[in-house]
Amino acid sequence: MAVVTGIKEIIKPENLVYKKTNIMTENILSYCPGCGHGTAHRILAEIIEEEGLQSEAIGVSPVGCSVLLYNYLDIDWQEAAHGRAPAVATAIKRLMPEKFVFTYQGDGDLAAIGTAETIHACNRGENIMIIFINNGIYGMTGGQMAPTTLPGMKSSTSPYGRDVKTMGNPLKMTDIVATLPGSYYVTRQSVHTPANVKKTKKAIRKAVRYQKLDKGTCLIEIVSNCPSGWKMTPVQSNKWMEENMFPYYPLGDLKTPVE
Amino acid sequence: MAKIKGSIVVNIEKCKGCEVCMVSCPTGTIAMAKEVNGKGYYYAFPANPELCIGCANCAMVCPDGVITVYKTKI
Ligand SMILES: Cc1ncc(C[n+]2csc(CCOP(=O)(O)OP(=O)(O)O)c2C)c(N)n1
Ligand code: SF4
Ligand code: SF4
Ligand code: SF4
Ligand SMILES: [Mg+2]
Repeated sequence: MAVVTGIKEIIKPENLVYKKTNIMTENILSYCPGCGHGTAHRILAEIIEEEGLQSEAIGVSPVGCSVLLYNYLDIDWQEAAHGRAPAVATAIKRLMPEKFVFTYQGDGDLAAIGTAETIHACNRGENIMIIFINNGIYGMTGGQMAPTTLPGMKSSTSPYGRDVKTMGNPLKMTDIVATLPGSYYVTRQSVHTPANVKKTKKAIRKAVRYQKLDKGTCLIEIVSNCPSGWKMTPVQSNKWMEENMFPYYPLGDLKTPVE
Repeated sequence: MAKIKGSIVVNIEKCKGCEVCMVSCPTGTIAMAKEVNGKGYYYAFPANPELCIGCANCAMVCPDGVITVYKTKI
């Protein structure tokens, strides 16, 4: 492994504070430089390791840039047809209630083609965790407008910006899910700074605990960047996300259980 | 008073040169190399290693799991 290192004397096993978890495979992620999908995968993998869930976890991967997710986390996976992950996860969890079952879905997957599956699974209160990566765009297919695309936001199919009069309003799926009786814990987070990474990890850990207690659907939205689709550098895209995505999709809990 | 010193290890060939680690580093330890890795990316490296405090901010935000962090008191 070709490496560059800081001060060599400090690099000893007893001084280790952070190392990529082995739940993440050695495969090179297929994502563009700086894409939040990678960070989201890594912290999900860290929680699976820290909670000792490697042999219990079953993920349902989506269609979208993260379609190859099953190559990156060393756990059991089922690939679902586009948008159908919550229905597939429903079946898996009902057949194997002792497993930790979750979906990982983009906004095109969860809030466009999969709207019905999302709403009904959450309304039934299926005991699953849904990770929802909202980058406001169809990343994989070339940056087309999604239901989540912001008003005025440019995409390959709204080159002059989304005109809500002709193209409709952005859909806040997480807000809708929070109103459903079956949802138990609903939160919106991000992974673009160390502080936000810590908060998102905390949220995923809570969802793991709630699933063990059979509490119902937990949905964690991660507002994320798509540097390629947004046509920005990764650092610019994170700044743009703070300035434009967060006012429309404010971070924080939308539904917290009374414990 | 004991001083906290850190040190990072960057897996050069996995780095995609996104610079997200560099802007998250509170001490200005990280810069981008002037040369590229096998994939053509200007990889991150500890340009000012003596400044590192081992806070792991860089590793936490790296989408590609490139950075390992060590820390000690001296
Ligand atoms: C049934 C079906 N319809 C359309 C597509 C084309 N398609 C692939 S990915 C995608 C959207 C992905 O967007 P999103 O879920 O937001 O994921 P991202 O790539 O942004 O992470 C679409 C429409 C498909 N693969 N299958
Ligand atoms: S297209 Fe966008 S979402 Fe897909 S990998 Fe690239 S930056 Fe990430
Ligand atoms: S561990 Fe902290 S101080 Fe050291 S390079 Fe990383 S972010 Fe900078
Ligand atoms: S965050 Fe990771 S991939 Fe991006 S430049 Fe830093 S080390 Fe490289
Ligand atoms: Mg998307």
